[in-house]
Amino acid sequence: MTESNVLLELNNIKKYFPITAGIFRREVGAVRAVDDISLRVYRGETLGLVGESGCGKTTLGKCVVRLLEPNSGSMQYNFGGEMRDLLSLNAQESFAARRKIQMVFQDPYSSLNPMKTIYQSFDEPIRIHSDRNKEERRELIARLLEAVNLHPEYMYRYPHEFSGGQRQRICIARALCVDPELVVCDEPVSALDVSIQAQVLNQMKDLQEKLGLTYIFIAHDLSVVEYMSDRIAVMYLGQVLELAPARSLYDRHIHPYTQALLSAVPVPDIRAKRERIILEGDVPSPADPPQGCRFHTRCQYCHARCVEEMPKLEPLAADPEHFVACHLAEERFAAVGT
Amino acid sequence: MATEYILEINNLKTQFVVRRRRVVRAVDGVTFKVRRGKILGLVGESGCGKSVTAHSIMRLLPKTAVIPEGSILFHPEGGESVDMAKLNPTGRKIRSIRGNEISMIFQDPMASLNPVYNIGDQIIEVLREHSKITKKEALERAVRMLELLSIPKASERIKDYPHQFSGGMKQRVMIAMGLICRPQLLIADEPTTALDVTIQAQIIELIKEMQSEFGFSTIIITHNMGIVADMADDVAVMYMGKIVEFGTKEDVFLNPLHPYTQALLKSVPILGNAGEDKLIPIRGVTPDPSEMPPGCAFEPRCDFATEACKTCVPGRVGVTDSHIVRCVHCIGEKLDD
Repeated sequence: MTESNVLLELNNIKKYFPITAGIFRREVGAVRAVDDISLRVYRGETLGLVGESGCGKTTLGKCVVRLLEPNSGSMQYNFGGEMRDLLSLNAQESFAARRKIQMVFQDPYSSLNPMKTIYQSFDEPIRIHSDRNKEERRELIARLLEAVNLHPEYMYRYPHEFSGGQRQRICIARALCVDPELVVCDEPVSALDVSIQAQVLNQMKDLQEKLGLTYIFIAHDLSVVEYMSDRIAVMYLGQVLELAPARSLYDRHIHPYTQALLSAVPVPDIRAKRERIILEGDVPSPADPPQGCRFHTRCQYCHARCVEEMPKLEPLAADPEHFVACHLAEERFAAVGT
Repeated sequence: MATEYILEINNLKTQFVVRRRRVVRAVDGVTFKVRRGKILGLVGESGCGKSVTAHSIMRLLPKTAVIPEGSILFHPEGGESVDMAKLNPTGRKIRSIRGNEISMIFQDPMASLNPVYNIGDQIIEVLREHSKITKKEALERAVRMLELLSIPKASERIKDYPHQFSGGMKQRVMIAMGLICRPQLLIADEPTTALDVTIQAQIIELIKEMQSEFGFSTIIITHNMGIVADMADDVAVMYMGKIVEFGTKEDVFLNPLHPYTQALLKSVPILGNAGEDKLIPIRGVTPDPSEMPPGCAFEPRCDFATEACKTCVPGRVGVTDSHIVRCVHCIGEKLDD
């Protein structure tokens, strides 16, 4: 993972949503949905973003595709070797950049226009972003549908004629119709039945291999994220608490939150005897996050320093690819062993 | 009459009459037994009929539903057995059982609490409906129940309204409502699906704790194989209105015999495998419940399907005393439907 392989670099991204009150809509506070996140996404990898509801994972995804403008921070994107900040591009450049980053949404039922045929839904972005003629566009749509194992003739059908799994495959194909480099997938399988989830997940893996795509894969289901991702970022209250390659996150999770999260996932194996760590209480409100470490209110290892000082996301001394935001990271790493 | 089983469902059929007199067989010959003091996990995908089964037991079905066949025998401790399927769904008898001896927790705690009453009033409503008790006593019992379910400052919070509680706390209130009358059977319909994983873990542990404390029997309905593996003693796997496999947890997880159960277990990622084993999806989609295939309902998606599967509906085969499978390829004692 070298510097030149970086596709996207997020630096100190913040996204606050104002809370207003009174008839003058005076600002009385802010929901800190994404609070100072810095991440790198490498070309060709899948970066998993995992966390509970309200942790800011979807907001971060939307910032990356720029459906939301971050309040501050920069997003450096690799344009053929040259890193440029997506947030300071001019209108023409941003139009071209939007093509490169696409998104797949959670709910395949509401993300396809019921009044348009699949052909119409696909045709519009292709027309806008390329100068293909009608015949070429039709050919491309046919190829895309074939790539997700759907019959090309289906392009003249309406969304209601498809099942949930088929619709999600259509949404994936639609994201690919402008030939993107990075696809942000926001909970792409959580609206689907278990037997259908595997179809969609495998399809996404195949497409990634074939087209050399980079994914940001957002989900709350840890087992799905682990199955899909090369690296996983664990989010909590708008921050990344731990970032590591999928395997080492499972084997040597350092952060107490990751530990609790992993132990909370029910595993369909009755032989697995696991120690379950039950977190007390609920996630605090992102409008009024705790001082110091965001997790200290629910952490069993909390001590004085955690209450006062916010830990930074830093690599472990022994493993530079494993980032943890915890004051106890090195001690805990030594205890877990290698 | 105390038998080993608290609930025996025999060949239960629940049908809905939809447009143009088409009949949807949502529950199509379900037979299973719930052991006293044990947890039964009922798993299946959406639309397989697991919730309709639960609503049939409680007789909370909409007016378009009919139960043309089958029996639901409830054997309460120290009481007479009742066939729930024969009761008048709005009659006095069912109302004395519902919420009292059998109670239910629903999937979405946000939608199952009334937003305009405080939670104390909602909890004691069940209690006062079923026993002669003063409001003060009822509230005291409600507070004790909430304390048991680890709601902090229960005596103050009992006056709060549902919107003042978080999702996990609301589900605790729902559990309190379900348990306040000390039911003998608790039906939990996807009790954690709307919750986050760490909250889900809290609720799972809580239901297990309450069960060992009060000793009631439980039917837990879920689509998550992991929750079943964690909680259940017995497992029933449901597909298109039928129980395709029934057995103890060990039977179903260590020796799954029905192709659907096997496929279901292979199609979910297991934490800790890090994508090493590629998932094997189940091909195709679930059939339309009003146009079911003539033979085995799983036949169009099954890897082991033969000609026999296309024509006849497989009967129940007892592979061992505890392990019952509906598949023509399984060898064992033929059982009645």
